[in-house]
Amino acid sequence: MMIEALLAVTLVGALVTFVAPNRIAGKLAFGISLIPAALSLWMFTAFDGSGNALLDGELAFESQFEWIQLGDYTISWLVGLDGISLPLVVLTTVLTSLAIMSSWTPIDERESQFYGLVLFIEANLIGVFTALDFFVWFIFWEAVLIPMYLLIGVWGGPRRKYAAIKFFVYTNVASLLMFGAFITLVFGLGDVTSFALPEVATAMLEGGPDGFAGLGGSALASVVFVAMFLGFAVKVPVVPFHTWLPDAHVEAPTPASVLLAGVLLKMGTYALLRFNFTMFPEQVEAYAIPIAAIAVISVIYGAMLALAQTDLKRIVAYSSVSSMGYVILGLVAYTQFGVGGATFQMVSHGLISGLMFMAVGVIYNATHTRMVTDMSGMADRMPVAVGILVAGAFGYMGLPLMSGFFGEFAIFFGAFGSGLLAYSQLFTSLAMFGIVIVAGYLLFALQRTVFGPYHLETDYDVGRAPLHDVAPMFVLLGIIIALGVAPELIFDMITDAVDPILENGGDA
Amino acid sequence: MAVFELPDWAALAPALILVATALALFVIDSINPHTKNRSLLAGTTAVGALAALGVAVWFMVAGVGTPTAAGGRGVVELFGGQLVVDQMALFFMTVVSVVTALVAVASYDYMGDHAYQAEYYSLMMLAATGMATMAAANSLVTIFIALELASLPSYALVSILKDNRGSVEGGLKYFLIGALSSAIFVYGISLVYGATGHLQLEAIADNLQGAGEYGGLLGLGILMLIGGFAFKTASVPFHFWAPDAYEGTPAPVAAFLSSASKAAGFVIAFRVFTTAFPLEPTTAVIGVDWTLAFIILAIVTMTLGNFAAATQDNVKRMLAYSSIGHAGYALIGLAGLSADGGEIVMGAAMMHLLVYGFMNTGAFLFVALAEYWGVGRTFEDYNGLSNQAPVACFALGIFMFSLAGIPPLGGFWSKYFLFTGAIEAATANSAMLIVAAALVVNSAISLYYYARLVKAVWIEDPVSGRDTLSQPTGLYAAIIFAAVLTVVALPVFGPIADAALEAATVAIS
Repeated sequence: MMIEALLAVTLVGALVTFVAPNRIAGKLAFGISLIPAALSLWMFTAFDGSGNALLDGELAFESQFEWIQLGDYTISWLVGLDGISLPLVVLTTVLTSLAIMSSWTPIDERESQFYGLVLFIEANLIGVFTALDFFVWFIFWEAVLIPMYLLIGVWGGPRRKYAAIKFFVYTNVASLLMFGAFITLVFGLGDVTSFALPEVATAMLEGGPDGFAGLGGSALASVVFVAMFLGFAVKVPVVPFHTWLPDAHVEAPTPASVLLAGVLLKMGTYALLRFNFTMFPEQVEAYAIPIAAIAVISVIYGAMLALAQTDLKRIVAYSSVSSMGYVILGLVAYTQFGVGGATFQMVSHGLISGLMFMAVGVIYNATHTRMVTDMSGMADRMPVAVGILVAGAFGYMGLPLMSGFFGEFAIFFGAFGSGLLAYSQLFTSLAMFGIVIVAGYLLFALQRTVFGPYHLETDYDVGRAPLHDVAPMFVLLGIIIALGVAPELIFDMITDAVDPILENGGDA
Repeated sequence: MAVFELPDWAALAPALILVATALALFVIDSINPHTKNRSLLAGTTAVGALAALGVAVWFMVAGVGTPTAAGGRGVVELFGGQLVVDQMALFFMTVVSVVTALVAVASYDYMGDHAYQAEYYSLMMLAATGMATMAAANSLVTIFIALELASLPSYALVSILKDNRGSVEGGLKYFLIGALSSAIFVYGISLVYGATGHLQLEAIADNLQGAGEYGGLLGLGILMLIGGFAFKTASVPFHFWAPDAYEGTPAPVAAFLSSASKAAGFVIAFRVFTTAFPLEPTTAVIGVDWTLAFIILAIVTMTLGNFAAATQDNVKRMLAYSSIGHAGYALIGLAGLSADGGEIVMGAAMMHLLVYGFMNTGAFLFVALAEYWGVGRTFEDYNGLSNQAPVACFALGIFMFSLAGIPPLGGFWSKYFLFTGAIEAATANSAMLIVAAALVVNSAISLYYYARLVKAVWIEDPVSGRDTLSQPTGLYAAIIFAAVLTVVALPVFGPIADAALEAATVAIS
């Protein structure tokens, strides 16, 4: 019942915050968010699961009961954690607490509603990473949209209305596509009687679907695989479905950006891993080359787009597209280091991009501009915040002893030696070239903003950031370095959960 | 064992309570004509509707209307099978009662300074009685009588603002189209009677074979019956009264008509087509599978409703077209029937009508609140209302996202089941795949205009110079209650789904 407790605390906290007075809402929400953070860290130490949640693994903190009987099909409340989901849950809870603290400065209207929505998102994200029945999972998956829509739409920048509706429509349409595909699959799998993901996965691996409405079994599996891939690809996002991301990021308030880049994007890759790459090993093999091509294009094209930006936040936003491309490449490599590295990179990128958005946000709070061309020599006035920005940028570039290095190294190592992906060396080399562009645009941006003589086109008096703005960044930096020095902290449990996937057709 | 056995007619208690309340309102009005004691009038109405609701729920829980084989007390047939109280009847009596109660509470404020208080509430209760009777009607004659009993007070309700052009115009349109469709419906009844020689629904089913040589006649009769249902449920091709009638009428009446009246229209459609015209024998006689008609109507209705709703600037008209769209969703319940299945899809349609009863009533009541405040009618007029009335706007957000089918709200569940049911039905009839695809596409479109209203109240800057907004107790109570029901549907959806699916299974078998 630990997961239910985690969800309940967060949801009740969201309600309490929603009706609390604006004056105390920020502090209150931070206090409340420490409870799920502490709970999830305790769960991290007490984790006793093994194997993969969908493939007969030993779930930690599992609980299950029947909910609704729909004809022959049972809908159950089924939640549990394995080595893939636990790090993501911890990432969610920790990042939410830090994001809340980082919003004390920028959020100055309707505070109680803002923090209430942030906690509500947190609850749903926890749900996404713990739910193992499709039905329950989908509820959490979609319920994330409403609060994020409002966070962008109410507290966002000048083009917030456009960005909010674009975000909502893109991701919702994608969800509907994925949803329709999966339901069709369940009905196509003759003898499945529930929407529980483990049962569906087992049926898929032991024979696959019988066919549905004129489609044969393997054709149905291919159609569903492609539809679900497209559905998740929008959420990740990969090129060419990425256009909602920079809009949403640029307009969103800093804490929403932190959650969006840090956790929401991982929903897409997590779902890809759980659905496409666990249930459809044959289709993964058949579609490996197009998927790898999409991954490499996302890496290179995302990085090129970042290179062309002059808005710091847009640079960080586009670099997310690039980083998510690495994750897809790791997944499609289908090796222990590839898939494990991709999962590690999800956590690592969540931390690093969260850090970067916070740093950009802190600079913006002081300068009220994010344009690279408007500033130079920021290191003079805001040494601490800028120092962290530089550290985050190096994390992004994959500096050894930071988590980004291990994630990307594992992905490249796994992808280079992949036996399943043809031309894997070529794809990997191309993707590696992305690192060069990443280093290029980040260093270029830093050189112009951070160094040189101090100059700023703004009327605001720029001073040092308050402690509660920089404290969360230090915490993040600490975690990033800790994971860089000792990746086995989470990599062991990840590989433990990844290995069973690869036994079904991967390159173990 | 019960201490004493209730007589059979007691099974009609929900409808009887509603009619008794209507009579009580007449008595109040005759003792004290033109009374404006709105606490007494609205209170009596609400208590009556809640009592009917309580009894209907109690009956369902106690197993009245559940077949004895399933451990219940048996389906109650009255007056030689003219009326029947089964799970489906009780389910829809619940829907009608809960909507009536919500609307009555909201009318306390909305109709506060209206001249014809007692008339308003008694007309509403009479219409509710008609709708509850429609739920139990089991013969074409009782169906027609119940339909008229529900319709005639509704015409008067729509035009209750006698001095308001829109209200009178809407009422007249509603009446004319209602009269036309009633005529078509009665003509259809006569054709069915001519072909089969019976009016009672089971008897029609038993005599379908005898109608062999009149197959075309019977088919025409069935088509005309569909016309009657289409009017009552605001479906294509008799949908066009809805936007005008809803726009002109007081918003609580629009809430009442678009939720309760639509549900009542659907229950007779469900009953007639599952009981009187079982798929296989009917197809053998008339040569066409009647689900085809509903597949076409469902797709056209939902698409037309959603596209039209997306182009509206007036909030009430948007809701009116959205209610046409939702009629299209509910029609899937009939479109997805097949010779040996369809419980899921029909049960899902029933669930959808129940949930729709909360969320749509709530949405119209928010419009009632806006009319009460006098803020205007268009999306722009609603801009930034959340600054002044966050609680009501929060509830509006719940209604809108629920109508759009976003989890975890009630509307998602029923839509999800409809979709699941449609996909399941596609195993027997692959045309249902198109219906399922249309459902998904329309859900995506509907998100646009529902989110637009949320955007107006929450995201847009407030209209400058707006007066402070009052907080009318009754309207707020009704809106919050509807919102709570929409949200609470999440944990309690198990029993709701069970009730609807059992009812659908019994009706189909």
